[in-house]
Amino acid sequence: MNNWSIGPIDAWIIATAICCNVACGLLGCFLVLRRMSLLGDAVSHAILPGLVIAFMLSNSRAMGPMLIGAMLVGLFTAFMIEALQRWGKVPEDASMGVVFTSLFALGVVLITRYAANVDLDPGCVLYGLIEFVPLDRISLLGHEIPRATVTLGFVLVVVVFLIAAFYKELTIVSFDPYLATTMGINAALVHYALMAAVAAATVAAFEAVGSILVVAMLIAPGATAHLLTDRLSRMLWIAAGVAVVSAVVGYMLAAHPRLNTSVAGMMSVVAGAQFALAVFFAPRHGYVSKLLHQVALSLRIAAEDILGMLYRWEEARRDAPLTRDQIVAAMAGGLTPRLALLRLLRGGHIESAVGAAVRLTESGRARAGSLVRTHRLWESYLAQHLGLPLDHVHEPAQRMEHFVTPRITEQLDAQLGAAQDPHGKEIPPAP
Amino acid sequence: MDTFLRLILLQDANTRVVLLGAALLGMTSGVIGSFAVLRRRALLGDALAHAALPGICTAYFVVGDKSFTAFLIGALIFGTLGVLCVSFVRTHTRIKEDAAIGIVLSSFFGLGIVLSRIIQNQPAGNRAGLDTYIYGKAALMVNQDVALIALVAGVILIVVALLFKEFSLLCFDRDFAAAQGWPAMWLDILLMALLCVCTVIGLPAVGVVLMAALLIIPAAAARFWTERLSLMVALAGLIGLLSGLIGTAASAMAAHFAAGPPVVLAAAGFFMFSMLFAPRRGALADWWRRRKLRQRIAMQNVLRALYEIGEAAGAFERPASFDQILSSRAWTAPALTECLERAVRAGLIRGRDDRYVLTDAGRREAMRVVRAHRLWEIFLVEQAAIAPDHVDRDADQIEHVLPPELLARLEERLRQEGRLPAPVPQSPHPVGEVAP
Repeated sequence: MNNWSIGPIDAWIIATAICCNVACGLLGCFLVLRRMSLLGDAVSHAILPGLVIAFMLSNSRAMGPMLIGAMLVGLFTAFMIEALQRWGKVPEDASMGVVFTSLFALGVVLITRYAANVDLDPGCVLYGLIEFVPLDRISLLGHEIPRATVTLGFVLVVVVFLIAAFYKELTIVSFDPYLATTMGINAALVHYALMAAVAAATVAAFEAVGSILVVAMLIAPGATAHLLTDRLSRMLWIAAGVAVVSAVVGYMLAAHPRLNTSVAGMMSVVAGAQFALAVFFAPRHGYVSKLLHQVALSLRIAAEDILGMLYRWEEARRDAPLTRDQIVAAMAGGLTPRLALLRLLRGGHIESAVGAAVRLTESGRARAGSLVRTHRLWESYLAQHLGLPLDHVHEPAQRMEHFVTPRITEQLDAQLGAAQDPHGKEIPPAP
Repeated sequence: MDTFLRLILLQDANTRVVLLGAALLGMTSGVIGSFAVLRRRALLGDALAHAALPGICTAYFVVGDKSFTAFLIGALIFGTLGVLCVSFVRTHTRIKEDAAIGIVLSSFFGLGIVLSRIIQNQPAGNRAGLDTYIYGKAALMVNQDVALIALVAGVILIVVALLFKEFSLLCFDRDFAAAQGWPAMWLDILLMALLCVCTVIGLPAVGVVLMAALLIIPAAAARFWTERLSLMVALAGLIGLLSGLIGTAASAMAAHFAAGPPVVLAAAGFFMFSMLFAPRRGALADWWRRRKLRQRIAMQNVLRALYEIGEAAGAFERPASFDQILSSRAWTAPALTECLERAVRAGLIRGRDDRYVLTDAGRREAMRVVRAHRLWEIFLVEQAAIAPDHVDRDADQIEHVLPPELLARLEERLRQEGRLPAPVPQSPHPVGEVAP
């Protein structure tokens, strides 16, 4: 750890990476929401020939021509993908695949053929050379600042400004393009403007981090944020946070003397890892929380079924009390009924009687009564109003009793006014 | 020039081997890619190929040598892992497949770059073997590699041939296949597995970045030529084979050229050609068909205009002036002139000094057109309850494409009601107004 310090060189690299990642991550939120993630991927690959041609024509690596070349090719890509779909009747994914791989291949050939003697090399296209960013400095306001940092910082400012200025339009187009059209927002214009912004951010980021990290940064922060929140404003903040973490942690790991490896590659790995964490542990949309939710639901249903079973047992005045094993066996065995039994015991809804038998406590009986009441009211409703035969009403009622709210139960009661269910059993009174 | 001659005369044993390998790869990818494209799995191949890179690096760590077989096994494991990740994210979270593909592709590839740089930093590190997998270097394949490729390609082609009917059903209507009791899920998995294997053996020749192109482009190009799956698969195989040959040959001629980009560009060339020149679905054919249809419609409109002018005047022999025809419809003078000239050439109209009259053949054709128009108008007024002042425009759009059987049925109905046999029924609205 002691030789893992941050000097000014590292700080410049991290700052550059943060600007690049945040700019891409913010734009990416809209790509993810509009299901255009792969269009971002396609554009970031396809701008390569635009870059090379601009480089060949201007004979320099100045930002202006490259930016224009890349934006033109970016828009051309988006247009071609749509044209192949519309006029060639090629499916969307295939038309993307055709367009961006062909353009990328063209770019690589052009580089190898015409630009091999300069700084563009096919490997750097993929993973960039952010390590060398601090070497190429320009003077700004009396400070020596790396050129890439200035460019990417400028791109970040423009992206933030554009999002802030067109926040309402972007929101509506992202969530409801038809509403946007009826409100007079030109959805196609927003689409192509977004594509142009993606192309511009991509080309600015290209030199530093290469096309692969651009793809990671366009998609991973937005998707991670989409798992963590439902509000767009929060999503943008989270995406920015993910992008910053990828930059800092990715660089620290890559620069660690024992690894000493590709910074851009490590940043994409860190972005992917954050997404993986969100996939599993996001509070509402994560896999684990969904799993826990399902387990909790099945436990509640099992517990309520046990209460209902004990209530009906008491109601039938069977002599021998019901044992735990009998209950578990009646519910087809397994872990769930056992856990549900434990929970009911712990919650004081049931208590142990002689031997392994259990019986309802006062509070358990009240809850069981209201469940059975819902069940039987629902059965009566199904029989009376939907005309279901008697042997068909139990199963739907058994499923519904767990989900019917007290208000609906009382409405059913008021409408039916029955004292008995269709099987002739008494409907328990309201608690 | 010398290299070129040596190349096309296949003088080097090594060149022969490499070209054979590339051709086999191209063909197999074309065949499997056809199913992948139809099953809408085209871009999953891209994720798979990118995800394979860390597998190749891991194999290098484990085996410590440039072993072709070990690389392929590592690539297969990680590629499959990548596909599984995509399908897990798609089924268990709200993230859509496209975003999942993008993330898996980039973070796995990033991992691959990280690992390859670490290997390069090792004292004995030799990343030449790894770099070839990024953009492909078919020229480095040796006899045993090609033998392995041939074996795998043979197995894939045999499986596809045996299960051709099942796979086609799966691609066109998976739900129907499942409802018919086919093991649709297992067929799907088998298809994915074949796709994985094919992608992985393609990596040495085309590289992880562009492998997806070899799956997608030949299939998409072949789709333009035919509506039959068997033909499409065969064509895709052929296009893949030729792309592999041309691209590899091009890369072999220039020593520092990677093989992937030329192969993909060759395939893209086939795609462009197919898209433009395919006989039925191609862009040119489509343009020609539309042009023909437009011309036919314009001609029929001219005939109907002349007929209705004659009908209003009570004499078909009296010529109508150009301005009269022009004002009967919303068309431009140049378009009308061009169309009148064509009608004269076709012998449907006689024209002199800007005055035009229908010939006998022209009048017969005009009667047919007007009949179709008015029958359809009557149908719209009486059956679809559309106001008489609206039917002219509606009928106008459809009269040119009404099938004869439908006209016969409409006619039969009017005849039963005793409103025919006039050769041309009465128009349900006043004739002679300028149509909107």
